[in-house]
Amino acid sequence: MWNEAVVTMLVEGVFDTLYMTLVSTLIAYLIGLPMGIALVLTSDKGIRPNRIIYKLLDIIVNIVRSIPFLILLILVIPFTRLLVGKAYGTEATIVPLIIAAAPFIARMVESSIQEVDSGVIEAAQSMGASLWTIIWKVMLAEARTSLIVGATIVLGTVLGYSAMAGTVGGGGLGDIAIRYGYYRYQSDIMLVTVVLLVVLVQAMQMIGMAVSRKLDKRTR
Amino acid sequence: MVDTIIRIENITKTYMGKDNKVEALKNISLEINRGDIFGIIGMSGAGKSTLVRCLNFLEKPTSGTVFIEDKDLSQLSESELRRVRTQVAMIFQHFNLLMQRNVLDNICFPLEIIGMKRKAAVKRAMELLDIVGLSEKAKNYPSQLSGGQKQRVAIARALATNPQILLCDEATSALDPTTTKSILSLLKEINQRYGITIVIITHEMSVVQEICSHVAIIDSGELAEHGTVEEVFTHPRTDAAKKLVFMAGQTTSVMKGKKCVRITFKDNSAFEPVIANMVLECRTPVNILLADTRNINGIAHGEMILQLPEEESAAEKMIHYLMERKLEVEVLKEYVE
Repeated sequence: MWNEAVVTMLVEGVFDTLYMTLVSTLIAYLIGLPMGIALVLTSDKGIRPNRIIYKLLDIIVNIVRSIPFLILLILVIPFTRLLVGKAYGTEATIVPLIIAAAPFIARMVESSIQEVDSGVIEAAQSMGASLWTIIWKVMLAEARTSLIVGATIVLGTVLGYSAMAGTVGGGGLGDIAIRYGYYRYQSDIMLVTVVLLVVLVQAMQMIGMAVSRKLDKRTR
Repeated sequence: MVDTIIRIENITKTYMGKDNKVEALKNISLEINRGDIFGIIGMSGAGKSTLVRCLNFLEKPTSGTVFIEDKDLSQLSESELRRVRTQVAMIFQHFNLLMQRNVLDNICFPLEIIGMKRKAAVKRAMELLDIVGLSEKAKNYPSQLSGGQKQRVAIARALATNPQILLCDEATSALDPTTTKSILSLLKEINQRYGITIVIITHEMSVVQEICSHVAIIDSGELAEHGTVEEVFTHPRTDAAKKLVFMAGQTTSVMKGKKCVRITFKDNSAFEPVIANMVLECRTPVNILLADTRNINGIAHGEMILQLPEEESAAEKMIHYLMERKLEVEVLKEYVE
């Protein structure tokens, strides 16, 4: 069974998985990061309290987060078709991945920024810092290690989700595991894909932690 | 040449709770002159932190007006207010430095806000580090500094934009006595060298005594008393002031409600052995309940609380004797509750 075709397929699977994970996480951050920042700013204790916006964001995040990914995957098929033109393959999987990851990211970002000492934000305000300066140079800069740890967790989760998408022909390693391991009873190939998934998650974890440690100036 | 730099008129601050109202500040009016070191003292929860935050509008008063150099803060736009804030610097109890920036970049931060070029900002920051005596720590991170050093960095950061006013919110409360002394003398030096008006919020009498020229006493949201430190400390009029000045909480309650007087010694009256002479002349003993001297702006002020003999005539004679010696005598009705 270890012919060239299988090896090529596995290599492609790794790339597809990485592609789906990284692209969808990146796009999801474009949505989730501003959402997380907005949640912090508009909360009661934030520097731009706004109950309506906060509640609205809070509800959206909670609803999406409470739908199991596998169901979300099927639920958004019409939307995916509209956007990508088809409901299977790697491009099509990216759509539900973004929808699932964005609110998750919003919560991660929210909790990371909340770790920043409110006194430091107050100090910046007392110096006449603009909102943009406070977001960029105080909140995000001071929370950077926590944000990176959060991103590492998000990547691991999205990678797991992408494997789940294999059940509906999502492409990548999960797809291979389902097709060969489950439908064809070739558990050896499934085992290999599982090992590859574990290695990928481990690698991301290690890189993420190393980067965050390197950037942290609080403990010396 | 009295020049008012901060004027507060009838400000109140009310926080709306779920089903109750909390009045943090009640109708406070104050004037602070340029170049003063103005202490605002009160027990914790008295509202002094809220008051100082009204001075740069980190807290907007519910009613009343705050003028900084004759500008009504409530009439300013967001960006105008930010510009005023670059002139009203603030330091905090917990220093509030950016933990992910080194000392130099922390001091550069307010300069970035006003849009100064990096090169000029670094030059200015190095000058300031020199002033606060931390030049060799430029590349260190706050986590590597002691509390006193962190507060010095915070002071350097506050001075970066050449402010007219420096607000200190319990700036020495997290520091040990020795470090407190050194920070206070740094503040005094800054006040004298650059003429910056300093407003100090504290709950420690010693801080006010050490460096303030004027003091206001805040008691449960109200302005109890204000004036020069000398006035307020030697002749406290209100209960809140007396409590702070004479540390009523520390006296014991062995006294049994006899007639007591408080004597305030001024200037050189401490040279004459007044009490001993009085006892000799009246041939009746007195009980010294409390004696203290404090150094207010370099002048020694003594105070003493005496328990007089039960016999009316002897007591009267003693009071008369003390008054004759030009001492301030105040009969205390209920010295010990």
